[in-house]
Amino acid sequence: MNNLIVSPAPHVHTDNTVRKTMLNVIIALLPALVVAVIYFGFSALIVTGISVASCVLFEHLITTLLMKKRSTIGDLSAVVTGLLLAFNLPANLPWWIIVIGALVAIGIGKMTFGGLGNNPFNPALVGRVFLLISFPVQMTTWPVPEGFATKYIDAATAATPLGLINEGAVDNLPSTLDMLLGHMGGSFGEVSALALIIGGIYLLCRKVITWHIPVSILGTVAIFTTILWLAAPESYMNPCFHLLTGGLMLGAIFMATDYATSPMTPMGQIIYGVLIGIIVVVIRSWGAYPEGMSFAILIMNACTPLINHYCRPHRFGEKPKK
Amino acid sequence: MRTFRIGGLHPHDNKAFSAHKAIADVALPKQAIVPLAQHIGAPTKPVVAKGDKVLVGQVIAEAGGFMSANVHAPVSGTVNKVDSIVDSYGLPMPAIIIDVEGDEWLPEIDRTDTLEKTIKAEPKEIIGKIQAAGIVGLGGACFPTHVKLSPPPGNKAECLIVNAVECEPFLTCDHQLMLEHGEEIIVGIDIICKALSIDKAYIGIEGNKPDAIEKFQELVKGAVNHVEVVPLKLRYPQGGEKQLIDAVIRRQVPSGALPIATGAVVQNVATVFAVYQAVQKNRPLVDRIMTVTGPSVKNPGNYKVRFGTPLNEVLEAAGGVPEDTGKIICGGPMMGRAMANTNMPAHKRTSGLLLLPENISTRREPENCMRCGKCVDVCPMGLEPYLLSKMGDMRMWDEMEQHNVMDCIECGCCLYTCPSNRPLLDYIRMGKATVGGILRARAAAAKAAAEAAKNEEKK
Amino acid sequence: MNTIVISLITLGVLGCLLAVILYLVAQKFKVYEDPRIDQVEAVLPGANCGGCGFPGCRGMAEACVKASSLDSLLCPVGGAATMGQIGEILGMATSAGEPKVAVVRCNGTCANRPKTTTYDGARSCQIIHNLYGGETGCIYGCLGCGDCVSVCKFGAIQMNPETGLPVVDEEKCTACGACAKICPKKVIEIRNKGQKDKRVFVSCINKDKGGVAKKACAAACIGCGKCQKTCKFEAITVVNNIAYIDYEKCKACGMCVAECPTGAIHATEPVMVVVEKIKAKKAAEAAAAKEAAAQAKAAETTQA
Repeated sequence: MNNLIVSPAPHVHTDNTVRKTMLNVIIALLPALVVAVIYFGFSALIVTGISVASCVLFEHLITTLLMKKRSTIGDLSAVVTGLLLAFNLPANLPWWIIVIGALVAIGIGKMTFGGLGNNPFNPALVGRVFLLISFPVQMTTWPVPEGFATKYIDAATAATPLGLINEGAVDNLPSTLDMLLGHMGGSFGEVSALALIIGGIYLLCRKVITWHIPVSILGTVAIFTTILWLAAPESYMNPCFHLLTGGLMLGAIFMATDYATSPMTPMGQIIYGVLIGIIVVVIRSWGAYPEGMSFAILIMNACTPLINHYCRPHRFGEKPKK
Repeated sequence: MRTFRIGGLHPHDNKAFSAHKAIADVALPKQAIVPLAQHIGAPTKPVVAKGDKVLVGQVIAEAGGFMSANVHAPVSGTVNKVDSIVDSYGLPMPAIIIDVEGDEWLPEIDRTDTLEKTIKAEPKEIIGKIQAAGIVGLGGACFPTHVKLSPPPGNKAECLIVNAVECEPFLTCDHQLMLEHGEEIIVGIDIICKALSIDKAYIGIEGNKPDAIEKFQELVKGAVNHVEVVPLKLRYPQGGEKQLIDAVIRRQVPSGALPIATGAVVQNVATVFAVYQAVQKNRPLVDRIMTVTGPSVKNPGNYKVRFGTPLNEVLEAAGGVPEDTGKIICGGPMMGRAMANTNMPAHKRTSGLLLLPENISTRREPENCMRCGKCVDVCPMGLEPYLLSKMGDMRMWDEMEQHNVMDCIECGCCLYTCPSNRPLLDYIRMGKATVGGILRARAAAAKAAAEAAKNEEKK
Repeated sequence: MNTIVISLITLGVLGCLLAVILYLVAQKFKVYEDPRIDQVEAVLPGANCGGCGFPGCRGMAEACVKASSLDSLLCPVGGAATMGQIGEILGMATSAGEPKVAVVRCNGTCANRPKTTTYDGARSCQIIHNLYGGETGCIYGCLGCGDCVSVCKFGAIQMNPETGLPVVDEEKCTACGACAKICPKKVIEIRNKGQKDKRVFVSCINKDKGGVAKKACAAACIGCGKCQKTCKFEAITVVNNIAYIDYEKCKACGMCVAECPTGAIHATEPVMVVVEKIKAKKAAEAAAAKEAAAQAKAAETTQA
């Protein structure tokens, strides 16, 4: 027998790991990817592949060459960032723009702060917003969903439903069923609300996320847009339309729930979700950008430390709950 | 089923190894090593010297104050020496070493198994007997029982809660005790109720012991007092005093207050049995039931061990230390202490021996905290372990104090649940020790200042 | 023209008004501070190490200005020079202290002190200290997790991976005492640097009896007292099975180092030169004595 091992209690440990958590998120994102391939063909896969590969590569290079540490790509968080970044891109985006987006997402959004868990903003969204501001034309020309016939380069382009609204072209809007399934123009990962909801239910079942953030975001958007719609149906769209478009589902289920950038306590998470919902509707209804999910999440990411500061968990013995 | 309201989790309980194994006696050792400090509080003073003959049950070290407990000879024989030994944590431990000769007990101790139901002693007398018998909380904390049964002025006990939860994975000694000595435990409850002049008692049992719940539901029908069996939902750390009070009577002990502030007195089921033996049978605390278990232990089970028996011999009784053992833990896997050697004797604090194979003995490499908040979710005290541990690492003691580090009960839920394998509790425990020291120093300074001011006034 | 005049007047009036408000506010919330505090703080090193016992250099500066004498105050980092400067500012005399350095009083290297258990937990000496006696049989010695390294503000301590013990860089060490304070085993001591770096100290604090200590660590002080007898300056005392050399009395002659049977007494390079000579001399003497004895024996046998 070797020397006895001595360590502080506890001596048993859950078998949950960072890697398993990330793997669950990846599994939850797969339905959306499948739908994307059905509607946008192999171009969706190409974009996803480039994004994931470059995110992983950049994380590996930065950890080993710049930080001189053990590479952290094994925890799969770079894969998740790559997938989320790709899902926020049009399916016909040139490869070099994707690589730049991945570099910004991993390099600036994540590793500058010390890697997983230390980033104040969601890395995929940092990359996405950087690209949106730097390459506004490429980032806002979406290919027409033509299934496997969709070409990666020189595809026919279409606007997103929210873009159509912004331009005033209300007549060309897709039907609600199309929006639910994802048969519309847009970033390829965000189009199918149904697939994203299936992924979200999986995450809830595996206890990777809790209901607080998605439900509070979607609920707030639903209530707020219903009020606007009832007040002036001719100038505002119905809540169903808002819920199903513009990456709201993707943002509410996958981006806003990112562990590092969302509050810790249920109360804080609800405040965070409600405020995201309000900001989204404000940007969509009165702002210059047709969709506002990315900005809303990033703004609230900045408020997370403040929310954490004020929303402490309920301490034991502190005026008992009834 | 009820449970406590904040945090908690359910680790795999692994009780099957030793559950329902009848309590077996471990043979008397050739030489018994009886530690002088087997409880929380003032150390004891030895009253025997080298060469003295002692009988089982004879006081060999007297309590060093009210907050202390007598130590009795667990074996009969001759005192070899009063010396310092190295305990299982590598630290010196003063002990009386007795060469065992036969097994002669003090004549006034009733060693028969007959059930004594009538409680003749008066409340004062009961507490006196408990104090004399050196009974301490056998759940692991070893807090002197007579202190707990004498509520400080201003507090009134309203009910007794018997802690039969045994929420630690692997341990089964309390469960087996309940199955074998249920009647005595019921009488023990009546004794404590009489001592506290109350008539309401609860027995909190976790749902993974259905046979014990059933047995006690039968037994309480004949009890004198209003004893209620409360089946509890499986949830760790339900056996924590504060959590158990919350689970059973829905009251939360305020931060910094004693549990008696809620009107509840909590006693472990093994302590209740010891109280029965002390009051009805005049039998002081000289042995306890220990679970010896582990995935590769040959004869896992529940063993009745006389104090002073070296743990080596207890392990031998359970079939020896398996080849693949990587870690030997005194107590359960969540709060037990890992031992550096097995030279230490069994004493009031050793509730079990858990032998973990090497492959599950080591921790995984820690990764970055991804701020998932799982530790916040499971913390039964409503603290923020991720934050406290970071503060501990950076030695931010003031901030730790502000974030209620002293409320931490060191249950280990945060470290258990962390997907990044971060040593959260290690740092929190360090911070708690340091902040505790700072608080004591501050209190002492304040006291000194107040006294100085008083003296000044007198002049 | 009119516009210019009006705007000039408006801005002028506004400016005056704000100036008055600012002045009043500044008067109302003025906090008097002794200007000398800033002066003193300026000459302090600014490392905020806390080695002086005050919270940072500002705290030290305030204490200096408040104090009636500088005798009990010392900035261990700046040393006598800094204290002299402070004395000049405050018009007070200072007494020059001996330069000091941190020494590690443990020689329980991996080779000398075999491990009996394996620690697996957060790498912090304090955590191990709270948990149990330590990875080796010696419960007094260095725990080897480097709390001293992390607390040193000057990068003067590094762990030696071969020995598992911390090594103090004398050049960088300012004797601020942070390491000595943090060490849960109190292995690190702040001692006089000594003339020409001549220092002798007992590199062990094991209070166990000789046999026990020796079993745990080959380089342990066994409290045999040979050094005490050898020392001509009464600098060595043996208490609780452990020898201690008083650095005020020690003349760094090196006699005790040569005498110690376990090598527990440690000396710096300049002293070791002398020690080698003493040892050589002793060996020669011993050899000579042996030879003499052998000769005597031989003579005896021939006589017989």
